Parts: sequence; C-alpha cells; structure tokens
Amino acid sequence: MYVATKGGEAAIEATHGLIAEERRGDTSVPELAIDQVRNQLGRAVDRVMTEGSLYDPDLAALAIKQAQGDMVEAIFLLRAFRTTLPRFGATQPIDTSKMIIRRRISAAFKDVPGGQILGPTYDYTHRLLDFGLAKSDQAERVAPEATATDPTMPRVTDILGAQGLMQAETRSEPEAEPFDLGRQPMSFPADRDQRLQNLFRGDEGFVLALGYATQRGYGRNHPFVGEIRMGFVEVVFTPPELGFPISIGTIEVTECQMINQFQGAKGIEPMFTRGYGLAFGQSERKTMAMALVDRALKASELGEDRDHPPQDEEFVLAHSDNVEAAGFVSHLKLPHYVDFQSELSMLRGLRADALKTPGQEAAE
Amino acid sequence: MNSQAFHSVDGTYNFAYLDEQTKRMIRRTLLKAIAVPGYQVPFGGREMPMAYGWGTGGIQITASIIGKDDTLKVIDQGADDTTNAVSIRRFFQRVSGVKTTEETQKATLIQTRHRIPEKQLTENQILVYQVPQPEPLWKLEPREVETRKLHAYSEYGLMHVKLYEDISRHGEIITTYDYPVEVNARHIMSPSPIPKFDNPKMAMMPALQLFGAGREKRIYAIPPYTRVRSLDFDDHPFEIQRFEDPCALCGAEGVFLDEVILDDKGDHMFVCSDSDHCRERRAAGHAGHRASDAASIGFVSSEGEA
Repeated sequence: MYVATKGGEAAIEATHGLIAEERRGDTSVPELAIDQVRNQLGRAVDRVMTEGSLYDPDLAALAIKQAQGDMVEAIFLLRAFRTTLPRFGATQPIDTSKMIIRRRISAAFKDVPGGQILGPTYDYTHRLLDFGLAKSDQAERVAPEATATDPTMPRVTDILGAQGLMQAETRSEPEAEPFDLGRQPMSFPADRDQRLQNLFRGDEGFVLALGYATQRGYGRNHPFVGEIRMGFVEVVFTPPELGFPISIGTIEVTECQMINQFQGAKGIEPMFTRGYGLAFGQSERKTMAMALVDRALKASELGEDRDHPPQDEEFVLAHSDNVEAAGFVSHLKLPHYVDFQSELSMLRGLRADALKTPGQEAAE
Repeated sequence: MNSQAFHSVDGTYNFAYLDEQTKRMIRRTLLKAIAVPGYQVPFGGREMPMAYGWGTGGIQITASIIGKDDTLKVIDQGADDTTNAVSIRRFFQRVSGVKTTEETQKATLIQTRHRIPEKQLTENQILVYQVPQPEPLWKLEPREVETRKLHAYSEYGLMHVKLYEDISRHGEIITTYDYPVEVNARHIMSPSPIPKFDNPKMAMMPALQLFGAGREKRIYAIPPYTRVRSLDFDDHPFEIQRFEDPCALCGAEGVFLDEVILDDKGDHMFVCSDSDHCRERRAAGHAGHRASDAASIGFVSSEGEA
C-alpha cells in the first residue's frame, strides 16, 4: 500500500545526519583536510572560486569538502556566503600586462617579445593513468628550476592594437561604476561589462559547449589564440578615506585573448576583433570558451547576422549561471500536486469529451 | 531599537538574514510594485542559502518586511507540513526568532507556494507568493526585450489569441494553473502557479499581495482591494475547477482538493489541499466519509491533526 508522503522536521533532521555521515565516509580512512584540497585539488578550487565569484582558496576548498566534490553545489555554497559580505567598492582594473607570468603562449605568432612560456599544462601529457600516484609513498617530484622570464612581456593584442589592426575596447562611460551582477539584476540589452561578468561566473560546461558550437559553424567567428597568459596580478584599491591607491594583494588569473577576423561592415573598417576570457586561477579551458562566446555576442554591435544561440545574448546570459539553472531544474523535485491535480482533472475532462464525441479518432 | 534587536537568534546573521541595506532596497522595490499593480519591478535579488526555484523570491520579501512582532505561516501546496514549507519556516525561526503558526487567522504574514488559503484574509495580513516565472507572456515570447514592450504598450493580443486557440481546439481554455489575470485594468500578470480555483480570491482581497521571483529578480504586487480579472471571453466566461466529492476527511465542499492515492488498485480519496482549513473543520466536529480510514493508515492522527 502506498501512503502519501508527509514531510516533516524529523525527516529533514535525519537527512542532514545522513549526508554528514556520507561525507565523512569510512572512518578508518583519514579525514580530508582543507589544505589538502586547496593544495592538491587546485583546479577544482579555481573553478569554484571563478564560478562562485569569490577569490578565496580556503573557503573554496571548504566548499568542495562540504559538497563532497559536487562542484555546482560547492559553487552555490560559496555564492551564498559571498552575498553576506559587505561591499567596500570597486578595485582598479587589474593590469594583466604587468602580470608575473607562469605561462604564456601565442598561437598567432611563432615568437613574440618575451617568448613563449609553456609553464604548467596538461596539454602535452599523454593521458595515461599514472599508477604511481595511487601509492601514497611516492618519491617527491621536483620541478626543474625556473628560469627567469623577461619582465617586459607585452600582450600580443596590444602589439596588434598599436598597429591599428585590432579593434579597440572603449569604456562607454569612463566615470560610471562597473555593472555588478552581485547587486544588480541582469538587464537587456546588456553592456559588455555585464556580459563578461556573466560569462566569468557562467558554468564552464555551458560556456564550453557554446564556444565549441561557434567552432562548428553555429556563429562562426574565425578565432586565433592571440595569447593565453597565466600568473599573478596585483589588486589595487583606493579606499575613499585614504584617497590614494594601495595594493591589497595578489591573485592568480588566466587570461585568453582571441583574435578574430572581421571583414568590415557599413561604417566599420576591416580589422581584427577581440574575444576576451578571464578566470581565477588556472582555468584555461574556461577562458578560451569564454573568449569564443564573448566574440559571438559582439555580433549585433558589428552588424553581423545573429542566427545562432551563441550570438543571442538573452539565450546565453540568462542560462549560463549554474546556481540558477541547477536550482530551477531541481525545484521540480518540490511537490507540484496542486498543479498536477489541475492538469489531471483537465485531462480526464478532455478524454471524456473525446470519447463521447462520435467521428473522433478515440471513438473509432 | 538597540543593536541587539537586529541580530538573529543564534547571533550569526543579521535579523531575518538579509543586511539592512538589502532590505531597504527590497522595500523600495515593493513600494514601486505596489504603486504600479501587476508591473514586474526588477530588483537586485541576492543569492540566498536556499536554491533558486525553491522560494528565494518570497523568502527575500518576507525577510525584508518581517518584524519581531509578526507571526509567520508558511505553506506549500496549501499545507504547512510539506518539506519545503517546513524548511523555510525553520529558516525564519532560526534567523528572526519570530512566532510561527499554522493557523491562517493568527498569521500576520503568510508565505505561500501554489495556493491561497481557503479562509478569507484580512487587512492585517500580507500574503507573499513564491514565483518561478513572473512573465505571463513567456510561453508566447521568451525574450524580455520584447515582453517589456508588449507590457508597455498593453499589447496583449498574443495572449488572447492563445486563449482563443485553446477554445477552438478543445472547446475550453485548457490553462488550469498560473492562469493569467489582468490587474487594475492595466497589466497582465502571472498569479504564480496557483490553481485557477484560487484566482477569484485575488480580486478585491483585503490583504496586501506581494510576489517574489528570486531567480528572475522581479517583484510585483497587488495592493488591497484591487480589481483582478481572470482573462476570458464574453461567450466563454472564466470558470474555476469544481470537485464532485467533498473532502474525504472533513466533508468540506467548494474548496480545492488534492487526490491521494491509497493503494495500487486505484483506490483514492480527495482531501483538502489547505491543511489548516481541514484541521480546523475536523476539530469543529466535521467528518468526511473516509475520516476513519485515514486515521487507520496514519494519514491523520486520531486526534485529527494532519
């Protein structure tokens, strides 16, 4: 016999106990420490910080532990915490041309001033499971001594920009405060600051799929990796009570600038156009995908046809956020029996009418 | 008010969770929404510690207007004991410490999902709806840039065509919940996914009705005693659902009923969706035809508490 489920406080208490037990798992295995997550699952931490929209590796590691490695859940935890923080103001834009570089590559030029720096990357690993990692007593692995990099490493897109070949990015209102997705509702049509914030916080899988679609012809934008750079940048803030800029710390970021062909349009001369991607930590895949989608979303201002989803800003921006998306998909688990009852009565009525009416399919 | 009064019960968060600046922003949005009944006002919705789609819009409104002297009731599908209603009620107990109740007439603030209580609300009450999709035109036009224009010009032909097509195809309008309404003879509005049975209760309601859509970051409102008309045609007037049988537990008629499946052989009964209404009637001695069965399977306890 089925008995209607009656929710209740006891059931909720019990499920909280169950997840706590599940999270800890077998108690004969040592408990995972936050610094282990932060140090040894760094790419997970980077993704949670990026999409959680908060640069704090310790809290991101805590969120990953608390969510048992469920990334979207961890991102949600970090976002919900972020919203309780006071907002002091906006920092100066970070200057990636002054980045302390760990990795820097350009696919557009064989060599660039400052050179190509491979840095840490999985790109040339053979994807063979390393059974050595399964042993806990593995020998310490030492990276070769880093060679000093050229301190002047101009951004490739700036070099092209100086020759007038690259579309310049202009701030529409230099005095205006930047849009803040954490405080303001999305509005359409969206300015680029809003678009880039949205893509930064957007789900990596979603942005990746849309970027991939542009490569397969759904909003093709002929991209070249002008430059990917990864490293540390200073964050500079001017507290109103001081009135002069101070450095408040250093963050690790990855930046991708795509160079895209543009044949020109009425009133716009032919030039290269830019797709821009940025993320916290080492998040190269995300920044590349973001740059493809950023460029696709420029279709309207460049007078290009907008025939495909990646070029449609309402489609992209309204669906990129995995906290919103996961919430709304999961709300289908909530009881809907009032609506369902309404539909059930309606369907029974329609079926009864159909069976009564001669000449209709159902009666034959 | 001393600063102590602003803190939650366990001292971890501000009273009612949101900081005072955010509450003020939401209250300003509410004033605008009340001034333009049925118009969706964008607001800087915050990330809440509950998932989007699980009532974050309603929760933000409740958090912004709740005071220490309020008595809160939370229902989902008309019932106080559904899991998410329990969860939201516990949240406010924890972060505000206000009194809560299951009795409709004792509540000053009622947060609801998918129902309006059967009992007539009063001028001293506020009803806060959780809204998943605030835009009534979304199935016809998904783009906000377009729907905003349609509302601005009162260009509602699309909606009337949709309802007309229902009639030509099925002989009746087949929308059964989230049935569109016209508010104050101006804006077409989503009443949230309440059954159309509840639509007439919105009209000229003495209580203030507030609607919060957290994920979509929109707030709208119906001030007390406002005209609310469910869309229809002269030759196809709006009708609400009618149930053949009364509530199996309390015998109530003219209320919205839920169908409860009792076994795998098709046995079922219809019971009040409004659990407080049903409880009150049973306490007053009313009994439906399955009242004793329901007690024997533990659906209601023998004291008549659902």
